[in-house]
Parts: sequence; C-alpha cells; structure tokens
Amino acid sequence: MDSVRSDRDSSAQRIPLALKILVAGGFGAGKTTLVGAVSEIKPLQTEEILTDAGVGTDDLVGVESKTTTTVAMDFGRISINEDLQVYLFGTPGQDRFWFLWDELAFGALGAVVLADTRRLADCFPSVDYFERRGTPFVVGVNCFEGAQQFSPASVRVALDLDPDVPVVLCDARSRQSGKGVLVSLVEHVAARRGVPVSAN
Amino acid sequence: MQDDLPGPHHDWLDSDAGPVVRPYMMTGGRVRPAIGGFDLVAFVVAAVPSGDSRADPLQPEHRQILRLSQEPISVAEVASYLDLPLGVVRILLADLLTADLIAMHEPSSAPSFPEDDILKAVVNGLRAL
Repeated sequence: MDSVRSDRDSSAQRIPLALKILVAGGFGAGKTTLVGAVSEIKPLQTEEILTDAGVGTDDLVGVESKTTTTVAMDFGRISINEDLQVYLFGTPGQDRFWFLWDELAFGALGAVVLADTRRLADCFPSVDYFERRGTPFVVGVNCFEGAQQFSPASVRVALDLDPDVPVVLCDARSRQSGKGVLVSLVEHVAARRGVPVSAN
Repeated sequence: MQDDLPGPHHDWLDSDAGPVVRPYMMTGGRVRPAIGGFDLVAFVVAAVPSGDSRADPLQPEHRQILRLSQEPISVAEVASYLDLPLGVVRILLADLLTADLIAMHEPSSAPSFPEDDILKAVVNGLRAL
C-alpha cells in the first residue's frame, strides 16, 4: 500500500491511510447515532442525487421531467494516528438504494450491522448483503431502553448467523460501547485472516 | 454557499430556501466525470496554493475545493463541506485533476489490504481513544 500512497516526491504532504467501515441496519436501528457517538468530527452528511437520466450521455435534454431523489449518507471519522484514519459510513436505509451500497462496500474493511431486537427482521437484508459479498461483519444488538433484552446467542439463532460472526450487545449512544463494537469488527477481520490481534 | 445570494433582495429567497440553482448546473449539465476514480475515501491534495491565478477562470466551487485541499482531505469530506451531491463534486474534482490543479490519492484495492500490522494499530488505537 505504500507504493500507492507515497507516489509523490518527499516534499509532498503525507497522505493518511483511510479505512472504511460501514454501519448498516434497518431504519431507526441507530446507525446515525453510532456514527455520531464514535466520530471525532461532527457527523457529516454527503448526498447523492439519483436520477433516471440515461447513463453514458452528458446531455440532460429531456431530463427536466425525470424524478430525482436525494440520498443522504452519514459519515464520521476517527484518527488512529497521523497516518491512519477510520471512516464510518452509515448506509442509506431504503432497500432501493442497494446499488449505492456496492460503492460503499468496495474496499471496505468490514461492516457493523445494527440490530433492533424489537424489529429484528429489519436487519436481514444487511446481513444477507454482507454474507453474499463476503464482507466481514459483526452484529451489534442496540439495547434500546424499554426493549426486552435478548441474549447474543438468541439473536444469533434468530438471524441464522455463521458461528464465527460476532454478536455484541451495545448502546449506540455510548462512545465506549460504539468503540467496543468497532474493536470486535477489526478483531473479527484479523481472525478471518488467521492473524488474531486480540492478544495485545 | 446559499447564504450570500447574488442579485437584489428577494422576499422568497433566503438561506432557508435552499440552492437557487439545481446542483448539476454547476457542472454544465454533465452527469459523469471525464475521468474515473474519486472513491469516497480517496484523498484530494491541491497542487497549487489557494488563490493561485490558474484557478481564476474556474467556478467558485472549484476554488473552494482548492482551499479545502491545501491539506489532504477525503472526497467525502469535500462533498460534505461544499454541501453538494457526491456526483457533482466528482465532476468538479475531475475538472481540477485534468487542469493539474489537484493530485488524487485513491485507496488501495489490493485483496489482502490492509496489512496485518495496520489492523493491530487500529485495534490498539480504538482501545486507547
């Protein structure tokens, strides 16, 4: 990766290495909250405007009547050190924006799927997506106040997860808790490569 | 961006009204960048100082990107600070790249990326936060 990043002369600024982590889950599962809780910057939003204008043309004639939709993606940043930054992207919630996920998931280190046990089925699509893509992920069970507490084991059964997928309880509002979920994800990524990092 | 609306005061147009032009007006109607890349976590670095005369013929948005990228900054952050859709920002970045006014550093897409010691650094860094 150094060859990619350090192709400028020595007088150039150092370019940080950026790792991308996705935060997925159903609508209202706490994606934005989690990104905000762990980000060192005020969570920013980036928008993409979708249009059904034909691709492959630079000409917008006739597009006036086409519908456009704006999709917002939250993102936050954690600087590990001067040269290493983690970017968190909250995925757009609606199913019809799956194609945007492909861009987000490209080159991503892994994903956190937030589950709300009151509406567990909402996170099935995210779990399916990352399983199909082979993207490493952990399931964070967001413990909402007033919701019945389920054990990670019962959530694992309900989601029919592979045995190696970590399931952790979390509070998406808490920075410590959110960090814990991210640590489990990175440990999971390392374990999948056969180089556990948890011994430190 | 929309706080300093040009032209005479208009009762219906203030900062709450949102942009007065549709975003792709800024790209001259182009919907695809002339060149590819511009990953969300690619870094933009200005190749010229902010206010360089070579940026004079460009639009205010181009010059704003040059100001933001005096230090390396991710594409996602540029889009967010400019309050413009990603697709628009990518076209503006392509303009700047074509004019040699910025350098782009795309993230690695090697299958084994990132290296194991980087994962270790991330875990330790997160724990220490």
